[in-house]
Amino acid sequence: MLRKIIDKIKPSFERGARFGFLHSTFEAFESFAFVPNKTTQSGAHIRDCNDLKRVMTVVIIALMPALFFGCWNIGYQHAHTFGVEMTFGAMWLYGFLRVLPVIIVSYAVGLGIEFTAAQLRGHEVNEGFLVTGMLIPLVMPVGVPLWMVGLATAFAVIIGKEIFGGTGMNIFNPALLARAFIFFSYPSQISGDRVWVAGLQSPSAVDVTTGATPLAEVATGGIDRLPSVADLFFGFIPGSIGETSTLAVLIGAVILIYTGVASWKIMFSCVVGLIATGVLLNLVAVNPYMAMPPYYHLLMGGFAFGAVFMATDPVTAAQTEVGKWLYGFLIGALTVLIRVFNEGYPEGMMLAILLMNAFAPLIDHYAVALHIRRRLQRSAVLHKNELL
Amino acid sequence: MNWKLLTDPIGKSNPVTVLILGICSALAVTVKLEPALVMGLAVAVVTACSSCILSLLRNTIPPRIRIIVQLVVVATFVILVDQLLRAFAYDISKQLSVFVGLIITNCIIMGRIEAFALGNRPWPSFIDGLGNGLGYGMILVIVAFVRELFGSGTLFGYQIIPESWYIANGGFYADNGLMILPPMALIVVGLIIWIQRSIMRIN
Repeated sequence: MLRKIIDKIKPSFERGARFGFLHSTFEAFESFAFVPNKTTQSGAHIRDCNDLKRVMTVVIIALMPALFFGCWNIGYQHAHTFGVEMTFGAMWLYGFLRVLPVIIVSYAVGLGIEFTAAQLRGHEVNEGFLVTGMLIPLVMPVGVPLWMVGLATAFAVIIGKEIFGGTGMNIFNPALLARAFIFFSYPSQISGDRVWVAGLQSPSAVDVTTGATPLAEVATGGIDRLPSVADLFFGFIPGSIGETSTLAVLIGAVILIYTGVASWKIMFSCVVGLIATGVLLNLVAVNPYMAMPPYYHLLMGGFAFGAVFMATDPVTAAQTEVGKWLYGFLIGALTVLIRVFNEGYPEGMMLAILLMNAFAPLIDHYAVALHIRRRLQRSAVLHKNELL
Repeated sequence: MNWKLLTDPIGKSNPVTVLILGICSALAVTVKLEPALVMGLAVAVVTACSSCILSLLRNTIPPRIRIIVQLVVVATFVILVDQLLRAFAYDISKQLSVFVGLIITNCIIMGRIEAFALGNRPWPSFIDGLGNGLGYGMILVIVAFVRELFGSGTLFGYQIIPESWYIANGGFYADNGLMILPPMALIVVGLIIWIQRSIMRIN
């Protein structure tokens, strides 16, 4: 049925036809609805069942646990802070209705720009934004104004991605850029103790207890007010929409690793780097934050979410296998260092990943150079033996 | 008189957006419009006058020591401008701080002297220096306009964005803190370069 309609209107979207200027847009919708019927004409290609669309779909599925838990947690935090009785369903619905507008804005703005850019350049629209558009709402606090989400998405897609040449060419992770944009542009909307719980933003809610994230609590010296390990692990804490529950993120991680979409080496070395640095700080601890057990760092803030969904972004991460170890390790290490030594930036994960994004090509360069030198030495040794 | 000497550096051979010179000060003094405007004028005066003087001297300077002579002349004008600002616009002079003194290191000035003034007569050299200074100033003013409007909600210190729009007053708006930070100046300059090149088809 749909196929018939599309086939019927297709000629009018061919280049030069009446709606020829909308060619990219049309093609995007066609290949979204059906598997593309085009085959590549030239060159050698690896045949694999995974195309970009399928990879993106897997990531979206892996994000679902975090999203569902995030929706529920918003309702739970709201009920908890204001002392309202709510059923499970009501909490979830309350949170869902808060998250939905953010998701819609993120997708509308991002896809709008992607379609326009593809149209202007005569490229095909590709699926690159599907995951970014879902990651952006998940790293936002629940009370963030929608126009800021729109602006940040536009910034991330245009400055972070399109000017480098679009999907696959960007240096920095676009979703993190969107968060960093809001973090530096509108710090009062993404940090502090009033933005993480729905309903706390309105001036009438002055007298309610604090809604600070555990990270902010620790950074301001409230280390004894930390929630229990179980609360941190399951995610019954204030925080960005998708990042609070380490458990939900771990389910996503299992999906990603099982399908081979994301690199387990990066995730694992992130954790190793974080623990190693945490232990090192424990040894020289001069203040309570440095003495905090390192596993708290694993559970607090966006570390788990960042390590699983952001650091493993195949475009911006290190590409070489040796490089992945170093890249992940340094992300983990830098996260702890930024968290502990800089009170201004309680969330170190975002800055650590962005910084290592910038260094990933350098790491790759030296990983390849090292490899080449080893091969050369080996062949030189063989060569010498032959001569003897 | 050759008008192209004046108009080219403002448009299609702009020292900042096409030659990519003088970027550091363009990032440093463009948080507010007022210092940016004064800085642009100061650079225009220094470039124009030193180009003119060095063009007069061009046949008497031995090539091997020409850089030192150029520095002496440029430094003289920089100090003159600095003293004038301190005498008549002390507040702005304080805001610009070291950047007035650093005009001497501005690549545009030495670039125009080497490339133009040493091979041309005084009057065209003066116009060329003035055009380049104004081209530089124009970009500064555009960048500062964007940064002050979105970063502080003001222009020349006057509130432009209505106070009632702000979140603190029950509205929805907030000033963009990133606009105040140097990276955004770089991004704004980049956007201007992008727009200019796609309009003028410069590659």
